[in-house]
Amino acid sequence: MKIHEYQAKELFRKAEIPVPQGAVCRTAAEISDTIAKMQMPVAVKAQILAGGRGKGGGVSLARTAEAARDAAGRILGMQLVTRQTGEAGTRVNTILIEQGVDISRELYLSMLIDREHAAIVIIASQDGGMDIETVAENTPERILKQRINPLLGLQGYQLRALTGGLELTGDTAKSFAQILRKLFALFLHYDCSLLEINPLVVTGDGEILALDAKVDIDSNALFRHPDIVAMHDSDEEDPLEAAAASHGLNYIRLNGSIGSMVNGAGLAMATMDLIKQAGVEPANFLDVGGGASAEMVESGFRIILQDPNVRGIFINIFGGILRCDILAEGVVAAAKKTGLSLPVVVRMEGTNVEEGRKILADSGLNLSNATDLSHAASLLAAI
Amino acid sequence: MAIFVNRETRVLVQGITGKEGLFHTEQCRNYGTTIVAGVTPGKGGQSVNGIPVFNSVAAACRETGANASMIVVPPPFAAEAILEAVDAGLDLVVCITEGIPVLDMLRVKNAMKGSRTRLIGPNCPGIITPGECKIGIMPGPIHTPGGPVGVVSRSGTLTYEVVHQLTGQGLGQTTCLGIGGDPINGTDFIDCLRAFQDDPETEAVVMVGEIGGSAEEEASAWIKANMSKPVVGFIAGLTAPPGRRMGHAGAIVSGGKGTAAAKLKAMRENGIHVCESLGSLGRLCREVFTKAT
Repeated sequence: MKIHEYQAKELFRKAEIPVPQGAVCRTAAEISDTIAKMQMPVAVKAQILAGGRGKGGGVSLARTAEAARDAAGRILGMQLVTRQTGEAGTRVNTILIEQGVDISRELYLSMLIDREHAAIVIIASQDGGMDIETVAENTPERILKQRINPLLGLQGYQLRALTGGLELTGDTAKSFAQILRKLFALFLHYDCSLLEINPLVVTGDGEILALDAKVDIDSNALFRHPDIVAMHDSDEEDPLEAAAASHGLNYIRLNGSIGSMVNGAGLAMATMDLIKQAGVEPANFLDVGGGASAEMVESGFRIILQDPNVRGIFINIFGGILRCDILAEGVVAAAKKTGLSLPVVVRMEGTNVEEGRKILADSGLNLSNATDLSHAASLLAAI
Repeated sequence: MAIFVNRETRVLVQGITGKEGLFHTEQCRNYGTTIVAGVTPGKGGQSVNGIPVFNSVAAACRETGANASMIVVPPPFAAEAILEAVDAGLDLVVCITEGIPVLDMLRVKNAMKGSRTRLIGPNCPGIITPGECKIGIMPGPIHTPGGPVGVVSRSGTLTYEVVHQLTGQGLGQTTCLGIGGDPINGTDFIDCLRAFQDDPETEAVVMVGEIGGSAEEEASAWIKANMSKPVVGFIAGLTAPPGRRMGHAGAIVSGGKGTAAAKLKAMRENGIHVCESLGSLGRLCREVFTKAT
């Protein structure tokens, strides 16, 4: 789960990790109150979950109160388009107005899970404020990495390697080390999957400050973080994806015209690939779970049918323990209940598959039985 | 022969008294698996369907001689259940549970270094040696005993699809296992490939991967350097959008890494027979494996 920059900075503040002074605004009245109280310059920052806000015009530095009001008025309510939002962009419902900072150096710092080594990796660079992937590609020697064993935690020599590599000295090096320890503790405490600060700045006075904050939390760990769950911003969720989640379905909306409903995530991905190979585009990923039930199938139908781009549906269920006759009855009942008029290709396999196919064939509905996946692909191509 | 499990395997079930636990215990037992005990803290002394329940894995091992475990406990308690099974010195732990926090698994994985226990999963369908032993939630009847094909996969139902197609082509299986869809898991592709290479009954292998991480790339390089048996490979997720978690916690393309295209390229470059379309997997295996043997 992603959280907003201002929410991540609240977590930082609680953990005594220095961030700039600032205030969150959602209305014009809040903007003018905030700006009246703040000294110039200020930074005005759109609060959306997608990255690339700066390049998309969602971040502005203002030297006068008037410029700050203009920028805030422009950004609040805009459709912000970034490389991560898609063409339609995301509406900015919240902005963060922050005190300007006297920047002496911009550093980069992140922590993430290293799957290959079963560790947490800390990445740092002197080239903050830039796209870190570009830095890694062009000047890999300027990227510092320390791999932390989760059972042992951050060791002193690892801290020294980072402060030395970043060429920090004296009190600045000490406060960096303290902040790094606090950030690592925060990463563990909140079950983060990513924590990124770009830039982490050194001020003219030698203080360290997190100018930006990006924090992703492991969705599997939300059961032990009710405070993070409360930060969820439903405004940024696709309404169909939200509806599917409330039914326990795993649904991701795509741009194609063939909806699909599959049991199991791997088979669901492979089914999307099969749709594409048949010459049509998948409209969604939908995993109704390894042990799909008739109720799940009905909920899945309702979700897929709400997508106006869908021209046909492919149901691919490998029933093992679930019997195909029960599944077929579920499909027929759901199709009748939802008043389905689109063509549906059904491919099912498992116990009682013959009875299941007969139920579909006798239903009088626009349902085609596919005998195997190759057959299903040719039926899909014909839609 | 087969790998990791056979008719000698004696299984205990952690979480046997839950609804899912009981259902799958019965399915495994009906298939012929020797289930000797169940473990649910606080319910020791009871029995379910004639299977004795113990308060701890250690007690269950002591009393019944169990050497393997199937874990079907809810995600908040699963990491601890794995550690308990490792501590009791079991040979094999199969963790079915989906949804374990990644940091929990990170700690478990590091804590297991140097232990004698093999972990399969979590978030996996389990392992089956057809006709001998099934520890997991896969449908038994789709499998065909006697080999010659070994199957290893990151997925559940996609593995059933593959096994179904093999059976349809008259190709039996030695052992089929899912290593799990989470970013941090126990046994990996290379562990399984090495075991299949060393197993005299296994003559060929099907490897099923998906987007996310780099396990398929590493396995491909290992195959080229170490394997004499033919391998057919498939990767799910060519059409998956970047940055989205596709059901499995580990199935995500992030920062341009972990794409299906990169994995297929690594497979091709390392001499693996790549299956382009899932519908033709069984036929491709028939062709490749007939030529090879």
